Amino acid sequence: MKAKIFPIFLIITFSIIFYIFYKGLQNSNIYTPEIKSEIKIPSFEAKEFFSKNTINSDQIFIGSEFYLLNIWASWCIPCKEEHKYLMDLSKKENIKIIGQNYKDNFVNAKNFLIKLDNPYDLIFSDNDGTIAIEWGAYGVPESFLIKNNQIIKKIIGPLNEKLFSEIKELTQ
Amino acid sequence: MNILKLLITVIFLINFYSSDLKAKNLGTEITKNLRCLICQGQSVYDSDSEFANSLKILVEKKLDDGLNEKQIYDYLKNKYGDWILYDPGFNKNTYFLWLLPILMFVFGGAIILRKVILKKKKL
Repeated sequence: MKAKIFPIFLIITFSIIFYIFYKGLQNSNIYTPEIKSEIKIPSFEAKEFFSKNTINSDQIFIGSEFYLLNIWASWCIPCKEEHKYLMDLSKKENIKIIGQNYKDNFVNAKNFLIKLDNPYDLIFSDNDGTIAIEWGAYGVPESFLIKNNQIIKKIIGPLNEKLFSEIKELTQ
Repeated sequence: MNILKLLITVIFLINFYSSDLKAKNLGTEITKNLRCLICQGQSVYDSDSEFANSLKILVEKKLDDGLNEKQIYDYLKNKYGDWILYDPGFNKNTYFLWLLPILMFVFGGAIILRKVILKKKKL
């Protein structure tokens, strides 16, 4: 009897290990940070895109209005795709769109806005990408929906039809 | 001949030692312990992605602001989660990770001990 316990135990252990690894095969090995919402926005200082004046984050996000912070760059292809959604959102009265120009060349960025139109109420530059880290972002494009200095939704990647209607619903 | 070999060895060792000294900078130490989220599997220090380069600048900035190593790790953990650290802290998500080697060690030890005791009994 005693001799039998060990092989049975071994089989059970290996089955459990096999099961765990088998399950793990289906998991994506690309990690995306947990999407924490309801967190306070970071405070930072940045240069306004056109005038190059220094502005503070609490001069940008004021009061209880909805803000959509969009991190973009002229070299980023998905940013072109989501541009039409930003244009649509910019026509809405109750949401302000703030652009964060990420590691970009000023002339290229300006041409991008001239060519595709400017949906942003205000743009600030993030030349070394450190402000993006303050937001907990790691690439472009990324968008944050903000109300009362709180991030209520974080969007990694370009906006699409589904996310667009979701934002519309949230800001109703 | 032997003296020449010895000399070359000594010169090599000194070179290794001095190259190691240069790398002993707190900023690089920290970025070596951070995982790059864009090219996963590389540390921020090794990576040359946009994200990693910004993070290197940010770490230097935070060090200039007077934050210590632990504060910087906490700051980044707060933003990106445990995943960004190569040395994750002890919390409910990592109990299994940290305790598994100890459990295996204890279990293995128990098996060996049993065998030894059984052998002694037979003798």
